[in-house]
Amino acid sequence: MATYTYEHRPDHGAKAGVLAYLATSAAVLLLMMVFGLLMRLEQAQWISIGADRFYQLMTLHGAGMVGIAAIAGASVMWHFLRQHVELSSRIFVANLVLFLAGVVMILASVLLGRFHGAWTFLFPLPAKSMGMWSADAAALFMGGLLVIGVGFLLLHLDVARAIVARYGNFARALGWPQLFGHDDGKAPPPTVVASAMVTIVNVIGLVVGASILTMMLVNLYVPGFDIDPLLAKGMIYFFGHVFINATIYMAVIAVYEILPRYTQRPWKSNKVFLASWTASTLMVLFIFPHHLLMDFAFPKWMLIMGHIIGYLNTVPILVVTGYGALMIVYRSGIRWDMASKLLFLSLFGWAAGAMPAFIDGTITVNYVMHNTLWVPGHFHTYLLLGMVTMVFGFMYYLGKPDHEADDRLIDRIAFWLFASSVLGFTLSFLYSGKESVARRYAAHLPEWLPYDRIASVFAVLVIASSLLFVGRFFARIGLARHDYQRAPVARAATA
Amino acid sequence: MQPIAWQLSLVLMTLVAFGFAFVAINSGRRQDDYAPLQIRAYRLRTRLFWGLVLVFGPAMIYTLMDLPYGATRARTGSGAVQVIDATGYQWRWELSQDHVTAGQPVEFRVTSADVNHGFGIYDANLHLVAQTQGMPGYTNTLRHTFEEPGTYKILCMEYCGVAHHNMMTEIRVDAR
Repeated sequence: MATYTYEHRPDHGAKAGVLAYLATSAAVLLLMMVFGLLMRLEQAQWISIGADRFYQLMTLHGAGMVGIAAIAGASVMWHFLRQHVELSSRIFVANLVLFLAGVVMILASVLLGRFHGAWTFLFPLPAKSMGMWSADAAALFMGGLLVIGVGFLLLHLDVARAIVARYGNFARALGWPQLFGHDDGKAPPPTVVASAMVTIVNVIGLVVGASILTMMLVNLYVPGFDIDPLLAKGMIYFFGHVFINATIYMAVIAVYEILPRYTQRPWKSNKVFLASWTASTLMVLFIFPHHLLMDFAFPKWMLIMGHIIGYLNTVPILVVTGYGALMIVYRSGIRWDMASKLLFLSLFGWAAGAMPAFIDGTITVNYVMHNTLWVPGHFHTYLLLGMVTMVFGFMYYLGKPDHEADDRLIDRIAFWLFASSVLGFTLSFLYSGKESVARRYAAHLPEWLPYDRIASVFAVLVIASSLLFVGRFFARIGLARHDYQRAPVARAATA
Repeated sequence: MQPIAWQLSLVLMTLVAFGFAFVAINSGRRQDDYAPLQIRAYRLRTRLFWGLVLVFGPAMIYTLMDLPYGATRARTGSGAVQVIDATGYQWRWELSQDHVTAGQPVEFRVTSADVNHGFGIYDANLHLVAQTQGMPGYTNTLRHTFEEPGTYKILCMEYCGVAHHNMMTEIRVDAR
């Protein structure tokens, strides 16, 4: 096996485009968090907004959070990948412009057209609203998603072009010569491997997503153009699963890049790392039937495949990325600051969230927990305490005044408040799932209210701490553009 | 099943937390020579990997033994199968009959007349005991034997529009 040593890499400032992505993500994140809080308060019966408004907020919350997760993840990937390959700034900006155009369409669809068919737009609900919204409103929503998808497809095609230009093909970018042959220590860095994986899965996912959106748009106005609902469901969940998972695989690049700078230890693409990313590439593409375990009409072998891959998919998260972070931090002398603490916490969030997730993917468990609040319980754990926390860590890293700057007391308090309140928030969801509380209900049964009220309190605390993180990022956004050393040097070894 | 899932999740999440806490606590003093640490850590990782395979591999296979898809699902019951045709509409359930006998297998043939619905059976304690999706154009056959008499609720488990949360009905299960 090749041996690896740490090579110092300078801390680059962010391009204006990266900061625009992050600013957009941060602003929309806070707004969507407030929407989420309003939903929990409604379920807790502490406010009364009505089912119509609740489901509109739910639709916006879902679409908005998935959208900004993708935008934030893409900003992390682009920032670090451009240090290895030549990416097009114009396409990067074009994606944000298309994203914002799509957001305007979605907002208009929901707020003006009263569309509330959920972000998952399951066929044929957008076309069958029982008079609650028009076909035009549904078309505006799905058109908005399509525009956003086209932007991301352009971005990933540019990433693909740049990777192929530098490495020749995707097999080399995934490190297959080193994985299947002699490991000469020259495999592409983790950032390139992760970006190659994300590009492969997202190009396929986006094409499938765009296909079903286009089919449904035609069906809206030409109902005779019939679509098989089960096929539509499979395509939607394939696209949805790949797209949201890819956000984590993009954001984790921040961990691969930043933690080694703090620990002065290498995080390199060795055989195990490469094997896990190749395995994840395949598993992310084939795991989607675990969303369809209660569709008994779906081919059984695919459902069993979803069950099995659900277990296997947990291994790289735990044994490679989570464990890798533990390895380079252990006895490293790392100087903890907000950036390193958040990045370390994010891997805990990802790994911890994977636990209830794979359990939910067990068919016999899914039989009594599918579409209960168990589901938002696990995905909020690995998205909020995982993916979003990676982005918060990246924001603190970019805005760190200098490598020796200390964090303010209020930030340190906010860190612990955030970590504990997100856990309280997600455990409230999980416990509600254990108690069979159904998901996506505007009004809850009286027996379920205590959990909603506890969750609402935690949600307020999550928003308060996130507000501070985001505020700090905006306050330091001027620093984020400059090249200077951000990562503190680890403590020297003691005799 | 739900308590097991909850407890197992808590245990596993706590173990992950211990791992991260252990490393965070032991992060302050630097060991400059990373190579020996890596060798030990890789060895431990191999053990961890095989430990996961040994614990979760059999669990993954064992849980495939009792899938809800086959006709054997209601094997605990005896007597003739009681068939209920269930059709979901926005926003109500239409059942061919709303009472069955405990201890005798029931076959729910679930479909939808409009959009996706979910057919979830809740017991008197409001715990979900079985479910399947109600799909337009498809019939999902859900087999379940009610052990306890009483009134069970049917709730919609797939978002279907503005009155999704009101889409409930009841089934009476009589003692044998």
